[in-house]
Amino acid sequence: MSEQKAIISVIGVDRVGIIYNVSKLLAENNINILDISQTILKDIFTMIMIVDIKNSSNDFSILKEELKNLGENLGVKIDIQKEDIFRAMHRL
Amino acid sequence: MESKSTFKKKIYLEQCIDYRHDALSKGMIEMGFAFEEIEETIRMVQSEKLDIRTITMGISLRDCSGDNANKIAEKIYDKITKKAENLVKVAEELESEFGIPIVNKRISVTPIAIVADNIEKDEFIKIASSLDKAAKNVGVTFIGGYSALVHKGFTNGDLNLINSIPQVLSETERVCSSVNVATTKAGINMDAVALMGKVIKDTAYRTKENDGIGAAKLVVFCNAPEDNPFMAGAFHGVGEGECVLNVGVSGPGVVLAALSKLPKTADFGQISETIKKTSFKITRAGELIGRLAAQRLNTSFGILDLSLAPTPEIGDSIANILESMGLSKCGSHGTTAALALLNDAVKKGGVMASSYVGGLSGAFIPVSEDAGMIEAVEAGALSIEKLEAMTCVCSVGLDMIAIPGDTPYETISAIIADEMAIGMINKKTTAVRIIPAPGKKEGDHVEFGGLLGHAPVMKVNSFSPKDFIERGGRIPAALHSLNN
Repeated sequence: MSEQKAIISVIGVDRVGIIYNVSKLLAENNINILDISQTILKDIFTMIMIVDIKNSSNDFSILKEELKNLGENLGVKIDIQKEDIFRAMHRL
Repeated sequence: MESKSTFKKKIYLEQCIDYRHDALSKGMIEMGFAFEEIEETIRMVQSEKLDIRTITMGISLRDCSGDNANKIAEKIYDKITKKAENLVKVAEELESEFGIPIVNKRISVTPIAIVADNIEKDEFIKIASSLDKAAKNVGVTFIGGYSALVHKGFTNGDLNLINSIPQVLSETERVCSSVNVATTKAGINMDAVALMGKVIKDTAYRTKENDGIGAAKLVVFCNAPEDNPFMAGAFHGVGEGECVLNVGVSGPGVVLAALSKLPKTADFGQISETIKKTSFKITRAGELIGRLAAQRLNTSFGILDLSLAPTPEIGDSIANILESMGLSKCGSHGTTAALALLNDAVKKGGVMASSYVGGLSGAFIPVSEDAGMIEAVEAGALSIEKLEAMTCVCSVGLDMIAIPGDTPYETISAIIADEMAIGMINKKTTAVRIIPAPGKKEGDHVEFGGLLGHAPVMKVNSFSPKDFIERGGRIPAALHSLNN
């Protein structure tokens, strides 16, 4: 059973509950978080999550839309991209 | 002699390495990404305007030819709408999945002069309308290939097509036209050069309400590539297959951002190295998108055109890249050298990132589509003569330049002749896309809108080349030894 990885990025002004809300949405969609890292530079919060979307209960486009809406509610920008683009650009 | 314990440790270490190697090859352990790498890609897209400039589907229309214009028009419409039915949909899916914008979805077709060689001259508009309608139906912004290849001479169909260009470009919305008037092996068809001066002027005049925008959809080529995905010069060459997908990448903003991180004292080796690395990454993104698009559209992947194509947006400018190397304004002495370095480094980085590189591949210098170029012209730093020199070392030619509307056709033809000579002698593609803006004078401003941008009307040398252009005939192909 191979994984299908995607990268979620959250960028914006830091506030309480960003990771909580994103993780909640992912759990509701049956998406497993494989790795997570974050930095805060000059009040700008950047979080990157590597997730496995193989068993996601929703289509990729719906998931993308839900994450985008969540971002709007939280006042941050959330995007999800399939992993292949990073592999293409950063690995030989 | 090794001691027993050292020997054991060595064996254990080897076993570990073997296990790791095994696990890696079976995909049990996967290489992850560094935070910086992920962040870099996201930054490139979100703030440095990395995008796939175009995915262009090349469709052969050779099986649509005949002698009845209505039938040809119908066959063309059917074939294009069938082949490209899902082009826009697939492109939008890929945009969403990988988070990289695909700015343009386009179609190129077999040069229409070949498909419609045998129809009456006043029927060419029917073919063009059919292309326009098909493009609208599948949702692409431009369709290229209203073209003729006349570097050695004209067929009757070629002449009819060329004479219909002004009407076609003023009466259709999405059709783009190109005419190849010279090659390194055939020389320059000066009859065609003279004719194109008139055609460009007439096309601009017929679209005078929009500052002559018709001429922005018309390119005159030397050594036109058969697989170029970029408009307005794209067409599906005669050596191409049935249907193919070509991709054009972009990213002047990404290159500019990478260069701006270098210290002011960085030497040209470091500049070249930085451009190469950036170009590699941009190209890999394009290659991935191109291959997946071809796969999903059940067609073959043609080429990746590794070009740096600017947009009118601030920061997405070739001129600004040249200036970042230390020129106070694009167009100053040193600009040609800076552009040569840029163009070469883009190719070196990109070539390794894609197995099939083709098209125009290089840095574009369209004036109206590049905020930095516009600024340089307005500041008096950049002239047509300097742009001509710059085209010797880059792709693709005198591009999107507005000139006074009363420029005589012979002068336009002579500008074309000079540019074709550069291409023929240097074995490279060159092109002219010039807009004699009706009613406008030097220093005025024209507005095309969208990606075509806006441009200051540039000064043209006022001494007449009339007798030269009126001679006609062909400039023979150049010698390619004794290179000096």
